[in-house]
Amino acid sequence: MNQDNQVYFVDSGDLSPQALEKKHRIEQDPAARSDHMAYLPGMEVIQSDVKDKVIAQMQAYDYDAYTADDVERALAHETCSIEDFKALLSPAAAPYLEQMARRAELETQRHFGNTVYLFTPLYIANYCQNYCVYCGFNCYNQIQRKKLSMEEIEHEMQVIAQSGMEEILILTGESRAHSDVPYIGEAVKIAKKYFRNIGVEIYPVNTDEYRYLHECGVDYVTVFQETYNSDKYETLHLLGHKRIWPYRFDAQERALMAGMRGAGFSALLGLDDFRKDALASALHVYYLNRKYPHAELSLSCPRLRPIVNNEKINPRDVGEAQLCQVLCAYRIFLPFVGITVSSRESASFRDGIAKICATKVSAGVSTGIGDHEAKYTGKEETDAGDEQFEINDGRSIRRMYQDMEEGGLQPVLNDYIYV
Amino acid sequence: MEDKLVLGGHTFSSRFILGSGKYNLKLIQAAVEQGGAEIITLALRRANTQPSENILDYIPKGVTLLPNTSGARNAQEAVRIARLGRELGCGDFVKIEIMRDAKYLLPDNYETIKATEQLAKEGFVVLPYMYPDLNVARDLQNAGAAAVMPLASPIGSNKGLATKEFLQILIDEIDLPIIVDAGIGKPSQACEAMEMGAAAIMANTAIATAGDIPAMAGAFRQAIEAGRAAYRAGLGRVLARGGSASDPLTGFLR
Repeated sequence: MNQDNQVYFVDSGDLSPQALEKKHRIEQDPAARSDHMAYLPGMEVIQSDVKDKVIAQMQAYDYDAYTADDVERALAHETCSIEDFKALLSPAAAPYLEQMARRAELETQRHFGNTVYLFTPLYIANYCQNYCVYCGFNCYNQIQRKKLSMEEIEHEMQVIAQSGMEEILILTGESRAHSDVPYIGEAVKIAKKYFRNIGVEIYPVNTDEYRYLHECGVDYVTVFQETYNSDKYETLHLLGHKRIWPYRFDAQERALMAGMRGAGFSALLGLDDFRKDALASALHVYYLNRKYPHAELSLSCPRLRPIVNNEKINPRDVGEAQLCQVLCAYRIFLPFVGITVSSRESASFRDGIAKICATKVSAGVSTGIGDHEAKYTGKEETDAGDEQFEINDGRSIRRMYQDMEEGGLQPVLNDYIYV
Repeated sequence: MEDKLVLGGHTFSSRFILGSGKYNLKLIQAAVEQGGAEIITLALRRANTQPSENILDYIPKGVTLLPNTSGARNAQEAVRIARLGRELGCGDFVKIEIMRDAKYLLPDNYETIKATEQLAKEGFVVLPYMYPDLNVARDLQNAGAAAVMPLASPIGSNKGLATKEFLQILIDEIDLPIIVDAGIGKPSQACEAMEMGAAAIMANTAIATAGDIPAMAGAFRQAIEAGRAAYRAGLGRVLARGGSASDPLTGFLR
């Protein structure tokens, strides 16, 4: 019995008996699942030692071994070593949260001044060929599916561009069959007409495909590893190409090899031991920075959220205080990286964290498909696709801009030039 | 005699170059006024934006724009960004910033020399941001730079004149104006660089992150003016610890 993950398992009424039988089998019987460490045909293998370095550090990390002395020493050091970072992520650092926040604020100001960048995500399709048990888009979840046509994409982009936004993040569900790379590339070409800065958050692809997307106009690639613990990963990503853990791990490196300017990283905090996942996320950035020093790297910090058909999913032991500790530790360890805080978090949390260490926040967010006009103008939308997760902070771009300004920050819509 | 800063044939009374990044845009005008700055830098990656956000609208008239090529990772990209700035109407000044390092944002001297050569040929007034290396400074001069802008310490660090000895070598050996850029954290450090003979100071983070931005710009102005006046007046000698010996070592000479 897969006791740990029961909370995620929901059976939709209209699955066929065969589909239900398969679903239950892969949920409960590890032997019924494929080898998550074996690359599938067509998946590019690159030579890299980053994975081994990150995982060795993560596995050896015993956060309960760190003491208040270690935390104080870490805070006294001018540059934060990996050992210092481990101390700052440990439970022993919890009482030092205010000191950590002050140090983080200082580092953020040095590197980014008072600026905060705004962006908005645009989901263009929610078809998915994977069964990731916590995700609203998973292939067994009975939701309204939709893939935008090029005309619909252009219309959505016009609506968003009219709001003043200049940076867009294009997302899809992870389905090569429904949203192939040329489809995404065409969407990017349309985006170039309306936006200065284009990122993608799509299924991992090979270097030549990243190069093609870069030529279409993409410069930033975000891939969330979900959890760096491959054993746990195996119990949550039960079906589909996303199940292949090492191919996903190397996605950012392939993107950088293909000429992308930057890459985004994160674990989905709450899936597994969040301290180990936070350590691995930051070290993933740290080692890639050493190998690709020109790359602009950023960290996100998503926590689990409720999804359509499953209200019970929650961030477990990652409360706002824990999230704040993780983010402050990230900033102190990696003062130069971008930190993005999404609308999964509350308005009050985002307002507060932007003053300490976040450098980028989303605004005017919809995680559904084709419903920006409805959200932005109140116009009725009948055939929109369902959302990936429930957002927490629904502020519009205008409102976010004002709130950031009132908090003493300078909102920035673009700090990028395509060369 | 009038004391002017001359860059590519243009003369300036102020020796304070203000950075415009990391700011609340609405405070730029006040900072320019209080700081008396006549040159303000501008990241083209920030200027290349829609009208409502355009930093150009916040910069007071009569101030010379110094667009920078931040975002460039090599000479080719810097040249492209510089040309874009000219197309956008930002004038002929350009500050070359080429970074292949996202962590410390240290300039790439080799690529900077290449970009300087190309842009000087195209008629730009080229001000290259560089790591203070004498040979590179000479190459930049030969490539047609109007000044060189060595860093004092890592950008944004507010650590002051960490490269002091090397800045002094550049000031002593290079005939171009030496504009100390990056790392100056407080007015006293700006003053010290000016006393050493720097031609001007460029500062951004120290002002952008101050409690009272216009007041800090004013403090920098005073410090830069004081340092310049001291340099021109000729600093007095500093006695070595313990003073001078009463019995001269050369007393045996007849």
